[in-house]
Amino acid sequence: MTTQQIKQEIVAMNGDEAVALAVKQCDVDVVAAYPITPQTIIVEKFSEYVANGEVQTEFVCTESEHSAMTACLAAAATGARTFTASASAGLALMHEMLFVTSGSRAPVVMAVANRALSSPLNIHGDHSDSMAERDSGWIQIYVENAQEAYDSIIQAFRIAEDIEVSLPIIVGLDGFTISHTLERTDVLPEETVKKFVGERKFPMVLNHEGKTVPFKLDPENPMLMGPNVSPNYYFEFKRQQEEAMRNALKKIQEINTEYAKLSGRSYGNGLVDAYKLDDAEIAILVVGSTAGTLKVIVDQLRQEGVKAGLLRLRTFRPFPVEDLKNTLKNVKILAVMDKSMSPGSLGAAVFNEVRNALYDLKQRPTVVNYIFGLGGRDSSPRDLKRIYEDLIRLAKTGQTESVHYLGLRE
Amino acid sequence: MTTQEWKFTAKEIAQKPDLFLSGHRACAGCGPAAALRLIMKATRGPTIVTQATGCMEIVGSIYPYTSWALPWLHTAFENAAANASGIEAALKILSKKGKIKQEHIDVIALAGDGGTIDIGLQALSGAVERGHDFLFILYDNEGYMNTGIQRSGGTPTGAATTTTPAGSVNPGKLEKKKPITEIMLAHEMEYVATATPYYWKDMLTKVRKGLEVDGPAFLHVFAPCPRGWRSEPARTMEYSKLSVESCMFPIWEAVNGKRQLSTPSKLIALAPQKKKPVKAYLEGQGRFRHLFTPQNSHILDEIQRNTDERWNRLLQKCEPA
Repeated sequence: MTTQQIKQEIVAMNGDEAVALAVKQCDVDVVAAYPITPQTIIVEKFSEYVANGEVQTEFVCTESEHSAMTACLAAAATGARTFTASASAGLALMHEMLFVTSGSRAPVVMAVANRALSSPLNIHGDHSDSMAERDSGWIQIYVENAQEAYDSIIQAFRIAEDIEVSLPIIVGLDGFTISHTLERTDVLPEETVKKFVGERKFPMVLNHEGKTVPFKLDPENPMLMGPNVSPNYYFEFKRQQEEAMRNALKKIQEINTEYAKLSGRSYGNGLVDAYKLDDAEIAILVVGSTAGTLKVIVDQLRQEGVKAGLLRLRTFRPFPVEDLKNTLKNVKILAVMDKSMSPGSLGAAVFNEVRNALYDLKQRPTVVNYIFGLGGRDSSPRDLKRIYEDLIRLAKTGQTESVHYLGLRE
Repeated sequence: MTTQEWKFTAKEIAQKPDLFLSGHRACAGCGPAAALRLIMKATRGPTIVTQATGCMEIVGSIYPYTSWALPWLHTAFENAAANASGIEAALKILSKKGKIKQEHIDVIALAGDGGTIDIGLQALSGAVERGHDFLFILYDNEGYMNTGIQRSGGTPTGAATTTTPAGSVNPGKLEKKKPITEIMLAHEMEYVATATPYYWKDMLTKVRKGLEVDGPAFLHVFAPCPRGWRSEPARTMEYSKLSVESCMFPIWEAVNGKRQLSTPSKLIALAPQKKKPVKAYLEGQGRFRHLFTPQNSHILDEIQRNTDERWNRLLQKCEPA
């Protein structure tokens, strides 16, 4: 991290407001959205910017999330920089269009204020909503606090619109814990952000007239977007999306570094964010705001002489396999925390993928799963410390079950 | 909207280059394809077309080919109007920011009866309420023909489809056709009209009028489907004509809610003896074959009665000729 060179304003904001401010600074052309808790503050705040003429943006208040995502995709196809925000049931209603948007290679940026899915109805934070969309072809970045929400939205436009990536991106912020909690946030000057994000660029593609043209709907260069594709071609389209995800792995890191030079802030290498992991024997891997509390516990344990560490998985898609192998290869026992469930599976999404990634290591940690915090269930520092205590015990006995539930009445 | 009347001549239409090109995969005698080719002749300048999933979407977009000589977007089934919303919003702001060369770009959304009346109704209603500047064209062939002739909200009473087969108990679809234009009129739109390709000048004029509106406009185009209707491909235009002559599908336009019959329907209103019985329209269509049996004759009577009632209600809603 380099020293700060640009004067930044200190603002007290919750995560939703931080997202709205970042969107304002990124000179977004079209925002199409539908209200849903705990995302609503984002669109409310943005509406104020629109009402006061502080942004040059077409703000489309659609009649559903399905139409919100559709409008973003269509606007992006027409050449606009686009943004939307959603959560929970709203994201689920977008499900069909998430696949269409990534398949159409439309660089839509979406903030998801992560929230539980019905039923039963619950408006509080967990990761069920976006984890259920993990195969939808969207890049997924999860943040730890309001500051990172602000920073990540700015980075998201650069990542999504990079012509070697051209994929939509979700920035996930924990519902209420981040979305509604007031925090100190350092804000870059608007001109600095605009310069960092730049104008939207377009991949050049060959059209049916044999001309190489920008990939967008333009009467000067007619192009058919959203074709009907036979088994002869479909597979290759999908393979290209995988290739774009590989490119995103590199771009997320580059943009994280470039942004650090500008702001003085970076989040690990952009993919994973390690805390006291170098010599750690036991470690926890977590996604989202819980990392903040866990750092305090790691500090406590270190004072007690326990070699505890933490890895925050910031980028879940593309999944940073090599970074996980490199950072976790010397850990003896690893607990992966999941704020979602996959009923009937052996553990939840993050656990499954992490254990899978580590399988190829010759010497690999024992990996166990802790499912926690569903429907906004609080995880106290005491609860979280218990995981490390479990790991210490496990290191001695060598016996464990793979899947545990934290803070659950059984 | 300006009061200018467009006079589309056969010569002018023939000379204007096609925007919906030949080589597409539509069936012989396809009413919607014929309508679409003509409709695109009524465009007035740079245009972006977006389509809901359906027959007319797939026949012209089979990768790596295209039948569209203009920018064209498909995303899903239920959202043609939401596509149009996004395109229009983007054009508006990009134009304001000086990122678009053209002075104006028209947006046309196309969808079948399923993509309009059933699954697409919410997106359509929302887009119209928000006032996006686009023309929504429903090409109505009265069923889900692309998936193999299933009933839709646009399928008429008595029609046999693969989900309302004519059986020993049920004589085809039992319910009525959803009155989509009445629903759109209730949105207080500036322009709502009905048309059918046999009366092509009328249809093209209505397309152009819809484009001239600075806001949403809705055009309901009735287009026979030989495969789905089990009718002879050569008789497509005849059925298009008979639908109007029998008052099964009267043609009219409503400007700011003031509705007027278009000439072919107006002539029937003025000379009721010219009105043909619905049987003239129904016979020859395989989907209604089972109605022409003694045990189902009461359904034919019911269709006639309902058609007469709808026609009379329409006459009351229209401005005096």
